[in-house]
This record gives sequence, structure tokens and C-alpha cells, in this order.
Amino acid sequence: MSRVRPGRIALVVVCVLTGLWLVIPTLVVVPTSFTADRSFSLPPAALSTDWYVNFFTDSRWLEALGNSLIVASLAAVIATTTGTLGALALDRSRFRGKGVVAGLFLTPAIVPVILVGLGIYYVFLRWGLAGTLTGLVLGHSVVGFPLVVRSVAASLSGFDRRLEAAAANLGASPFAVLRQVTLPSIMPGVLAGAVFAFIASFDEVVISVFVSSPDTQTLPVLMFNAVTVELDPTIAAASTMILVFTTVLILTGLRIGGREAASRAF
Amino acid sequence: MQPSSTTTTSPPRPRAAPEPPTARAAARRVGTGWAWLALPAAALLALVFVYPLVRLLAKSFTDPSVGLDNYRQLWNSDVFGTVLARTFTTSAVVCLVCLVVGYPYAYLMTLVSRRWRDVMLVVVLVPFWTSLMVRTFSWLVLLQDTGVVNDILAGIGVGRLPLIRNTTGVTIGMAQVMLPFAVLPMYASMKTIDRRLLQAAQACGATPTRAFLRVYAPLSVPGVLAASSIVFVVSLGFFVTPQLLGSPSNALLSQLIYTEINRLSNWGVGAAMGFVLLAATLLLLLLVQGATRTARAGRARWQGGRK
Repeated sequence: MSRVRPGRIALVVVCVLTGLWLVIPTLVVVPTSFTADRSFSLPPAALSTDWYVNFFTDSRWLEALGNSLIVASLAAVIATTTGTLGALALDRSRFRGKGVVAGLFLTPAIVPVILVGLGIYYVFLRWGLAGTLTGLVLGHSVVGFPLVVRSVAASLSGFDRRLEAAAANLGASPFAVLRQVTLPSIMPGVLAGAVFAFIASFDEVVISVFVSSPDTQTLPVLMFNAVTVELDPTIAAASTMILVFTTVLILTGLRIGGREAASRAF
Repeated sequence: MQPSSTTTTSPPRPRAAPEPPTARAAARRVGTGWAWLALPAAALLALVFVYPLVRLLAKSFTDPSVGLDNYRQLWNSDVFGTVLARTFTTSAVVCLVCLVVGYPYAYLMTLVSRRWRDVMLVVVLVPFWTSLMVRTFSWLVLLQDTGVVNDILAGIGVGRLPLIRNTTGVTIGMAQVMLPFAVLPMYASMKTIDRRLLQAAQACGATPTRAFLRVYAPLSVPGVLAASSIVFVVSLGFFVTPQLLGSPSNALLSQLIYTEINRLSNWGVGAAMGFVLLAATLLLLLLVQGATRTARAGRARWQGGRK
């Protein structure tokens, strides 16, 4: 069909508008962060980088940033390890109750986050984990876990198991097969899952709001409290930096080969 | 085996050859071993996910006294009823907006070349993965009384409207945040629809519009159902955006739960609310699953069994 129908043109126009609607609102934080005064009005009357300086000289913001990076890294490691092993188990094994386990692995994505946060907070209060980084790491691992499982499962489904059979035929032990044949092949899925688990933890708000204390705030929690208490453009500076950081991570994750996983990660 | 020593002559049974150590036999030996790899994951989930929920469920039945008191209190509460209704209607509106806006986008994604499709996918995925706090905060900046949107409205003569601290602002913010949740499943489903059916319909005399409405649209229903269920379910439990863009006087269910626990320490009631939310979520998922099965069966008739 070489004739371009007017309907097709209208469709493209609508979709361009939709694309702008998806992306532009978030970009608002960028000019807002460079304002010279305390207001959020756009366009800013005068420009300055005061608020970025404020971010990097305020111990609260720096501590929150540090907490977020530490927690996200550890949570990503735990989520990736358990998730990869879990995905392998689901892909290869046959045992009674496997369906239940498979369902269980994906339920953290279905249950409302506020309920999960509530439950974790309640139990962590009793275990002395409330307000600790350990508690945050554990909570965030649960959030990242389904993402890793889906990502690795996608990689596994595209993996030709005859390669494993060939290796076994050549005398490799099951462990060697896993290490030298399987894992390298599914590594894109594992790495992409790790990246997404990191992002999910870095941006996690609800569980963190419950589990963190004034001493152990993550960056999103500090921003959440700052928005409700003291609204100043440092939040915009923090937002801009998070925006740049996570966009780079997302594009890296997609490049590694997580496109399938990224778009099915819910 | 010794050859038979009876008088009847029967040929000696040949000895069975030993089974060659094929890869399949080896794989079967480790087949059950794989299951143990699920143990760390099961332990993590059991400890940090299942057990907390179970304890919380118990709490809803035992605090402050054993029984259904908390649930009865919710049943009789006007506030809870209002909030529940508001949560459902807001989620429904958000879902509708996302479907209307997302459907053409997902459809175009199936039409364009691979390079453009990747561009369109990135345009959806980057916001999808961008921090919720950042996206919500940006809406706060945009919708405030002195913000860009109101400046535009004032400029075109409509005048400034209150767009935050009310349900309107919450709906606008949530719709934009949820849009990727709608586009991705719809695209995944539309990807599998055979476009030659449209050509066939037109060859049979249908106009392009009629072909689309009578052939393509029904086939896209499973994707639409998946998208709407995801958007609706996530919207029901959404916390950050309503909390920051809304106000206590128009709170949604998640905000009510938060207030109950954080401000009032009413664990029993808060937990009960949480499980009402979960029950609504599960009910919705079941309904959609049933509807999807019906739609898929219909679709199988159309496309000859291909899902």
C-alpha cells in the first residue's frame, strides 16, 4: 500500500503527541533545578546551580544518596542470585507443587505495594530490622526478585538445551555445563535483570517509607518527605540527577538485551 | 540368564544390552536436582513476603480483639465506603484514559519499521522505568497554581484552575504514569495479530474502517483486557502519586491505610483495609482472566487456533 491514507497521518500525529506526553512532563524538573530563587515557576527568572551545590553539601541528601546506592547494590545482588537460581529451577525441574512455586515467585508484583510495605514494617519492628539498612535491603530484594526471574526466564526460553546435552556428551559434569555453557548464554538476561532490580530498588518508595527511619533514609524517601515538608528546588536538582542516572541505566539495561524483559517486567 | 532346561525348545532370551549413557539419561538424573536451586528464592520470599502478609492478616482478625470487628467496622464506615468508591472510580477513569491514548500508540508500533518501533518502545520504556518520585514531582511542578499548565490556561483565556490537591490532578498524573503499563501489553498482543486478515477482509469487499472494526478490534481484545487489568490493579493500590498530588480530603485507599498506620497506629483496621484492597485486586484479576479466556476462544475461531 503505497498510498498514504489521511487516517495514517492522523495516527502518526496522535502518536507523536502521545510520545511527547510520555516524555516531556518529566523533563520539567531539569529547568526547575537551575532556578536561582526558591520558587518552582517556569521558566526560571534567573539561573544558577545553587541547588546542586546545596545537594552535595547537605549531609542529609548525601547520606540518603549513599544509602540508596548501598541498598540498591546489595538488593540487586540478592535479587539477581535468588532470581537466577529460581528461574533455572522453574525452567528445568519437575516437581509436585512447581506451579505453586512459580506463582509464588510472581506474586510480589501483584500484591499492592502498600500492603507488602505494611507487612514488612510490622514484622521488621518485631525483628529489630525496622530502620536498618539490612531491612531495606531485604525488602527491596523482594521487589527486584520478580524482575530478575522474568528476565532470566526470557533468556532461558531462547536457549537451546541441546548445547547442554552436547557438553554433557563430551564429558562435562552438570556443574561444568552450568558454568561454561548455560550461564554465559543467559548472562544478558541475568545482567539486564540485575540492572532492573537495581533501578527498582533505587527508586523504591512505599516499602522504604515504612522501613526507613530518620537516620536511614533512602533518596526517594527523603524526597518524599521533603515534598510534603519543605519544598525547595534541591528536590528538583536531585530529581534531575536521578533522571539522568536512571535513564543511562535503563538504556544500558535495554542494550544488554533486556528489551523483552524490560517490557514484560510487571 | 540360563537357557531353559525344559524339554520344549525355545530360543534363549538374548541378554538386554546395557543402556548407553546418553545425555538424556544424565539430564534426567539431575532433573530433580534443579528444584533445589529454588530454595534461596523460596526462603527469601517466605521470610520477607509471605510471613509478613500472613502475620498482618492475623493481625486484622485479632487487633484489638479477636473476631471480625475490624472488617465490620469498615463495612459500617461511611468514610471507608466513600474512599473505596473514589478509589474505584479514579482507577476506572485512569484505566479508560490509558486505553484510549495507548491503543493507537500500540497499534502504530505494529505498523512501523523495526527501527521506528524500537524508538517508540524506548519512548515508552524510559518513563516506565524512571523514578516514580521524579515523575510525580514533575507533575507537582507542572500542575501547581503558578505552574506551566495554569500559565498556559491563563494565557488562552480559560483562567487558572486548581489542578493539585484534588482528584483531577491525581487522575492526570496517574494517567501519564500508568500509560506504559497499558501500551506494553496491548502491543505484545497486537504483535501476534495477522494483518493479512485485514487485507482478506478488504478483498471480500469491506472498507478499511469496517475491516478494522470487525476483524482487528475483536482480535485485540485480549491485549486490551490485559492492559486494563494491569492499569486498574496498579491504580487501586497506588500510593505515591495520589499522596503527593492529592489531599487528605480526597484520599484514595492506599492513603487511608497509610494514615491509619502511620498517624493513628491502628494496625488492626489498617491491615483489614489492606486485605480488602487485596481481595478487590484478586477479584478483578479473576474477572479479567475469565473474560480473557472467552475472548481468546473467540479469537481462536477467527485465526484458526493460533493464540
